[in-house]
Amino acid sequence: MRWVNRRISRGNNLLLGSIPILILVIIYLLAAAERHSINPSDKLLPLPGAMVQAMWGLLFEPDQLTGRLLFWADTFASLQRLGLGLGISTLSALLVGLLLGILPPVRATFGMLVTGIAVIPPIALLPILFIAFGLGEAAKVALIVIGVAPFMIRDIAAHIGSLPREQIIKAQTLGASTWQLILRVALPQAMPRLIQAVRLSLGPAWVFLISAEAIASDIGLGYRIFLVRRYLAMDVILPYVAWIALIAVAIDFLLARSSRSLFPWAHGASH
Amino acid sequence: MSAALSLQNLWVEYGDKVVLERINLEIEEGSFVSIIGPSGAGKSSLLRVVLGQEAPTTGTILLDGKPLNSECGPDRGVVFQRYSVFPHLTVLGNVLFGLECVQAPLAARLFGAQRKAAVAEAEEMLAAVGLSDSLHLFPAQMSGGMQQRLAIAQALIKRPRILLLDEPFGALDPGIRSDMHALITRLWREYSLTIIMVTHDIREAFTLGTRVLALDKLRHDPHAPHRYGASVAYDIPIEKKNVLPEDIDLGVKSDCSVEIMASITVDKTNNN
Repeated sequence: MRWVNRRISRGNNLLLGSIPILILVIIYLLAAAERHSINPSDKLLPLPGAMVQAMWGLLFEPDQLTGRLLFWADTFASLQRLGLGLGISTLSALLVGLLLGILPPVRATFGMLVTGIAVIPPIALLPILFIAFGLGEAAKVALIVIGVAPFMIRDIAAHIGSLPREQIIKAQTLGASTWQLILRVALPQAMPRLIQAVRLSLGPAWVFLISAEAIASDIGLGYRIFLVRRYLAMDVILPYVAWIALIAVAIDFLLARSSRSLFPWAHGASH
Repeated sequence: MSAALSLQNLWVEYGDKVVLERINLEIEEGSFVSIIGPSGAGKSSLLRVVLGQEAPTTGTILLDGKPLNSECGPDRGVVFQRYSVFPHLTVLGNVLFGLECVQAPLAARLFGAQRKAAVAEAEEMLAAVGLSDSLHLFPAQMSGGMQQRLAIAQALIKRPRILLLDEPFGALDPGIRSDMHALITRLWREYSLTIIMVTHDIREAFTLGTRVLALDKLRHDPHAPHRYGASVAYDIPIEKKNVLPEDIDLGVKSDCSVEIMASITVDKTNNN
């Protein structure tokens, strides 16, 4: 049988998918064991025991200075910034993208502005944000918003703009006003695309979050990674990175699931 | 019979390109007008102008004696070849939409007794097109023929003065197409509709129509092919015996229409 025709069952899918991950873990363990056999106090490739020990303190023992459980405080702070940033981006993408996509006068007025903002590298604006918003939460959230919102706005606007003309005409022959067209025809069809855009924006949003935290912060996952880097503390950095990956995968999974259950019509005929 | 729709000296031009010229038509209430003609003869442009999707370059369109504004409205229903139904609404939702728009200007949704009445009306309309069993399906789950049935029900719930069909059956299988011919003929009689249908299928045009309009270029300049537009080359009234829908069969009518078809075909090749 040709490889292009092979269908993989659900169980086998999970099995096959975990093989390369397992191989990478084994390679890491072998390399770590190798380095530790030469130098027992090696810091670059820590063994699992060292990671557990380092993380134990962050997970369960209050920080002496602040009295907080640092790992959870970092996670909470980062997720709050990410949530705020993505939330504001999503809302503005829905509002602006929808209007840009469906109303030609709005597109003519603001289309160029949005494109212009979208092509500016967001990190180049970071100094401006720090100057304008100070070093607090607002600047970090603003960086995420400026980083991902223009992309999402353009994506939604393009999607709504490419709705078949026939649909818009048909709605008008059924008596729909502009408002009703936006509410009942454009908005519902923008929603699954919006979730898709959020999923695609998660990666960039994390990049901007970690960057902002690395530059000016006193708490957060990115802050911690860049802090312990000074001590070559790979036993903290690696679990933190794995934790970030886990959170990102979980959010992506939840978004994909909710899109399928909320908007079954957008996911093929097999619902 | 009075003229429901009247086109007076209509011209449609895109820049230098003249698509339609000197269109003068009176379309009578209750007639079923088929429009045929070679590709690029402006069939769809004519439909778009009547629909209000485009404004004519010059000329006036009167609907019941009143000039039409160049925007689509609920007095003219339409069924396109594709993309006529809303993919995010169920069959019932698609038909309800037209009722919700007029009764709930702000929310565009109905609740309680109003919704109940609207659902009953929509279900009746869907029963008329044979979709009673598919109320809660999404369009993506239905065949092309069912989607066109839905599109027709959706348009008819608004009781439009004129129903415009833009190659509505062009993408369907031959078997399904003849079912749809029977359906549209039945609906046309039951609801006393005035229908204008654009089609590529000459046989279909003669089978369904009470009047067939052939659009083509009457003047032709070989050095400037876009200098002259198409206008009505043939305006053929069709005798409709009072047949029941099931009697309308392609075989019955084809004999009488073959001669006319032949004459049009000759003319078409000359002009192209």
